[in-house]
Amino acid sequence: MSSQDVNDWIRKQIANHDVVLFMKGTKQFPQCGFSGQVAQILGYLGVDYQDINVLDDMSVRDGVKAFSNWPTIPQLYIKGEFQGGCDIVREMFQDGSLMQVLDEKGILYDKSKLMA
Amino acid sequence: MSIESQMREKLLIALEPTRLDIINESELHAGHRSSPGTGNSHFRLLIVSPVFAGKSRVDRHRLVNTILADELAGSVHALAMKTYAPGEQLT
Repeated sequence: MSSQDVNDWIRKQIANHDVVLFMKGTKQFPQCGFSGQVAQILGYLGVDYQDINVLDDMSVRDGVKAFSNWPTIPQLYIKGEFQGGCDIVREMFQDGSLMQVLDEKGILYDKSKLMA
Repeated sequence: MSIESQMREKLLIALEPTRLDIINESELHAGHRSSPGTGNSHFRLLIVSPVFAGKSRVDRHRLVNTILADELAGSVHALAMKTYAPGEQLT
């Protein structure tokens, strides 16, 4: 894909899916510990998300870094908004701001898992 | 100059940190699929800097990524980080 095509394709993914994780590997088989950590958190919360394996397509791997102005993978988008990479998502999970974003954006997740 | 001291110098100049830990974790990742095996691929940072005050997490990380853009375009393949302004609780 050309870089313009890649940008359009990425834009379409984050518009068509409420939660999108650009990762190395898949949610079932992460191929990098950092991607795996974010998949674990989303899985634990029972969030329905689209995983995109950047190892499948070098143009997407490079393209999403430019698109987000973020040099590393994974990258999490919620309702089209860039949230951050592994460290930020983990901190957001730990301090509850991830669940707050999900609530604000009307994304369903399993609240029964959470401690009061 | 090692990549680690190169990063330390750039971060010291740009962020005037009150604490700057740089941990080379490359060995932990040796042999994984996309690990280059250079010993200079995976780093973990803990930075306390007044420059971070009032900035979101994403903005803080982007700032560090910009300061270390050359390293990230080179041998540094993963950069985990914790960023704090002075007075924030270290977790």
